[in-house]
Amino acid sequence: MQSSGPLVLRLKKADLEAVIKHSRAEFPKEACGLLSGKFITENSALTAVVEKVYMMRNVEGSTVSYFMEPKEQFMAMKEMRVEGMELVGIYHSHPGVPAYPSQKDVSLAFYPDAAYLIVSLMAQAVDFRAFQIIDAEIRGIEIQIIGDRGRGGDA
Amino acid sequence: MAVIVRIPTPLQRLTQGKEEIEGRPGSIMDLINDLDGKYPGIGERISEGGKIRRFVNVYVNEEDIRFLKAEETEVKDGDVVSIIPAIAGGI
Repeated sequence: MQSSGPLVLRLKKADLEAVIKHSRAEFPKEACGLLSGKFITENSALTAVVEKVYMMRNVEGSTVSYFMEPKEQFMAMKEMRVEGMELVGIYHSHPGVPAYPSQKDVSLAFYPDAAYLIVSLMAQAVDFRAFQIIDAEIRGIEIQIIGDRGRGGDA
Repeated sequence: MAVIVRIPTPLQRLTQGKEEIEGRPGSIMDLINDLDGKYPGIGERISEGGKIRRFVNVYVNEEDIRFLKAEETEVKDGDVVSIIPAIAGGI
């Protein structure tokens, strides 16, 4: 699934809002979850198209780290497989630091195909950024937000 | 029949892109050692010193082996073993 060009993360506005809402609800603890969908190639760019958000439990219940509840993770991944979907993204929140992968985020990034979406709540205005982490190398990637009435705008 | 082993995407480059491979019945560690013989390098990604790595979850059918007999859990023909890297991070 790895391509030479950068990955693009595409998600519906409502899904992004759900991720932000979850991050705020868990504050000051870290929230985490999975993004299910499909990888498509469009204009020669590999795009991770999100179809569903899975809010997961952070078993560490910590303000500075997360560990996704293994059984929930297993069941979510099984459901994706049954539905013909793939794990296209992984999100977590940074309650007190910027939306950039930490050293631990990088050392524990075991899914090089996935887009890593990070929501920062450190400032009053929420910030969110996406990355691909391949062989400990961090690449910022584009996020496309799809409005409720179709592609593109901030509907 | 054999044990069916589900390989996560990040380890599929060690299994020639195969998502499912066949394994040998026995304990989980026997199975992993056997897989490492067929797909060199995979054992080290899953385990270290005879123990499953902390950030790897192993399921037999739908049960986490930590709630069974861990590395000593026995698997038989027809069982499905899923190897799933944990999702974790932090500062």
